[in-house]
Amino acid sequence: MTSLSRRQLLGSAAAIGVASAMPRLAGARTPDDTLVIADKIDDIVSLDPAESFEFSGNDLINNVYDTLVELDPENLGALVPGLAESWSLADDGVTYTFVMRKGVTFHSGNPVRAEDAAWSLRRAVKLNKTPSFILTQFGLTPDNVDRQVTFEGDRLTIVTDKPYAPSFLYNCLTAAIASVVDKEEALAHESDGDMGHGWLKTNTAGSGAYRLRAYKPSDSYLLEANDAFWRGAPAMKRVFLRHVAEPATQRLMLEKGDVDIARRLTPVDIDGIAGNPDVKVQAEPRGRIMYIALNQKVAPLNNPKVVEAFKYLIDYDGMAGSFLKGAYVPHQSFLPKGFLGAIEDRPYRLDVAKAKALLAEAGVGPFTVRIFVRNDQERLEMAQSLQSTLAQAGITAELRVGTGKEILGEYRARNHEIYLGAWGPDYPDPHTNASTFAWNPDNSDEAKLTGVLAWRNAWPATETHALVEAAVLEKDTDKRRALYEEMQRIHQRVSPFAEMFQEIEQVALRANVNGFVAGGAIHSVFYWKVTKA
Amino acid sequence: MRDRDALTDTALPGPAGAAGADSAPPRPLAGAVLRRLRSLVGLVVTLAATLVGLLAVTFLIGRVVPIDPVLAILGERASAEQYAAAREALGLDRPLIEQFAIYVRDAATGNFGTSLLTANPVIDDVRRVFPATLELATIATILGVLLGVPAGVLAATRPGSITDQIVRVVGLMGYSMPVFWLGMMGLLLFYGMLGWVGGPGRLDAVHEMMYEFEVPARTGMILIDTALAGEWEIFRNALSHIVMPAGVLAYYSMAYISRMTRSFMIEQLGQEYVTTARVKGMPEWRVVWVHALGNVMVPLITVIALSYANLLEGSVLTETVFAWPGLGLYITNALLSADMAAVMGSTIVVGAAFILLNLASDLLYRLIDPRARA
Repeated sequence: MTSLSRRQLLGSAAAIGVASAMPRLAGARTPDDTLVIADKIDDIVSLDPAESFEFSGNDLINNVYDTLVELDPENLGALVPGLAESWSLADDGVTYTFVMRKGVTFHSGNPVRAEDAAWSLRRAVKLNKTPSFILTQFGLTPDNVDRQVTFEGDRLTIVTDKPYAPSFLYNCLTAAIASVVDKEEALAHESDGDMGHGWLKTNTAGSGAYRLRAYKPSDSYLLEANDAFWRGAPAMKRVFLRHVAEPATQRLMLEKGDVDIARRLTPVDIDGIAGNPDVKVQAEPRGRIMYIALNQKVAPLNNPKVVEAFKYLIDYDGMAGSFLKGAYVPHQSFLPKGFLGAIEDRPYRLDVAKAKALLAEAGVGPFTVRIFVRNDQERLEMAQSLQSTLAQAGITAELRVGTGKEILGEYRARNHEIYLGAWGPDYPDPHTNASTFAWNPDNSDEAKLTGVLAWRNAWPATETHALVEAAVLEKDTDKRRALYEEMQRIHQRVSPFAEMFQEIEQVALRANVNGFVAGGAIHSVFYWKVTKA
Repeated sequence: MRDRDALTDTALPGPAGAAGADSAPPRPLAGAVLRRLRSLVGLVVTLAATLVGLLAVTFLIGRVVPIDPVLAILGERASAEQYAAAREALGLDRPLIEQFAIYVRDAATGNFGTSLLTANPVIDDVRRVFPATLELATIATILGVLLGVPAGVLAATRPGSITDQIVRVVGLMGYSMPVFWLGMMGLLLFYGMLGWVGGPGRLDAVHEMMYEFEVPARTGMILIDTALAGEWEIFRNALSHIVMPAGVLAYYSMAYISRMTRSFMIEQLGQEYVTTARVKGMPEWRVVWVHALGNVMVPLITVIALSYANLLEGSVLTETVFAWPGLGLYITNALLSADMAAVMGSTIVVGAAFILLNLASDLLYRLIDPRARA
């Protein structure tokens, strides 16, 4: 695949030269009431909200299902009522009550009841698929969830195990896993007591703006407007999404008007369409953070001075100004911009002299280290940049390149030396990144906390662990924000992580398409706001 | 072929020979039937052995590659306990040989398992992606033959001439140009600038929706399905979409076929029977196009069948550029995610296609070449 991407790159580069001289075809060729999108969707492994944990799958789910609490697409930080009309927290600090919106129906025509909402949350906990931790972190287990999540009439009650910050629970309830599934419809397709899981992997049973009409994995999907949508019928009657892997191909289709939106253009393609009046570009900071991490089991990477030296050996601005231009911006803390408590401090810059001094202080001579990275063009380029700056300080870095799953396997098994990769938030609350970058309850190999980045790098997180635990219980939002700011500043100084960049998604759209929101740093795409002029 | 005749017709050890010797008068008809039966049994055995061998190799490769199929489904965040559960559900905790035995047993009953990536039965996935590839490969091969054979013949009749040079240069370019680049350039020129052909994908969005909901999917090949349903507008749209990718693939197969045709023909044209025919005053076109070409048909069919079979595996690069949802992308995705059920299911399809093509070209030989008839 390495040769393929190189060839792709050559192909796109060659294509640019000719395309800029290309006469533009005016006028859109997609129907006025249909939104046609070119994207990459081969990451989808399941459409079941209890299982989906991939970007494209969650994009689809966000438009087909509703949650109790939702995010405002026009102001993504703010919570707005979804299927729950209102909610409250009792004085005990652990009992939450949600009052269901009346008169809402699922696509099947069944009414949306508190019973469906309770069943959906219980189901997600019981199925215990990858994203289930978003709910189980509130003390819900397959054994107790029937008692902790209950309903009566139009009221749903959730009892948590600790008095968490209320915003923490509400934020988590906006995640895909908290989608309200049509209980009757799902159970009609149940087999072997799977609560409809097998069927929901490729079908949907929601109440959202769109219903899934056709789905061909890694090829396309078609959504059809739900005219009974409780927020009002969406303007786009259909959303047709086609999997187009090659960015240069996406660009051609967009410029020809065969698609309304192209979501995977490279910065080079974005530059190329700049002069075309028929298309426009919209940039949104996304949640993905690019970072390197030093395995603390490996000497001399476990020397604090060496760790610090590495942070001065990254060419943040050089990379962001060249091959990452338009795709990433420098960002040196673990909360992406857009999250509660995010900071924009940038204490590090490339400073080889300082790094050399730190290495000398540590008493470390020239050494060789392996950087584990997946064979993805962007990451390889970052690794190569790192290789050359490390060399300036006498550190020889070898690249250990493999497929994503291969490298991930090594990383989860703590077999890496330096890992270069990305982390995306799992749900729209700062705890998502804090609890992986800065929290580690048990650093032993036996603990196998494979989902926790601090554990993967054998970092005990002594300096930040308690702050993470305090922040998630802090009921005062301003104080909570301050705690996240504080822990990130400590993390920047002492952790074996060097956060480098935050992703920017540049969506290219036909000029007549408005209201498209990709979901910002914290959420998925919204199709139901889109209109065409 | 001759060996088989010897076995049946003479009294050599073996059941057929023994039967022949015992029975008097000889019964040529029974012999022929027996012979057919034997060749049929032999064919089935070869077929099964080839497929099982193919499966074994694919299976082993799939287990040797350092990709973890469990992580492919669970993703980065899975806990150790979820990991163990998924591993067990996939049967990956069992011994390798047992996994293989289970797979072969299921495959024999037509159950190729469920794809990890698409959550669909592999057989359904293959039914969806293979027609796209089949349609593309067939058109590409037809174009490749229609252009490649005459070009090769023309080049062979005048070696060193300007025609020969042109055929050679065009062919060489076909060998050496990256398909990715050629495809992209083709799209830019004929789709982007001139607007003569449809864009990437098998249909425009609108026609795709029409096809999806209005045309009964009999074969999965859009051209055939729409023709059968009389949906000529969708047919035209599909045709405008398939022209470019098929043309690109046809270019490669044409390059190969024309080179091979040329060398076969040059060899034949040097034979004595050609000289004899010419001396007897036979028109040159008859010598070349009937006699010489007739004699290169057998090796040529092998070449064409091979090139067709190659295209049936699906071309990952072509499918990527043209957003063509075919078998090549499917297998590649599956391989990279260690989705072994999908890999092996598609391998069987490709393997079966190879075997069928072999069989078909074998039958064609017999039709064309009297010497090959038993």
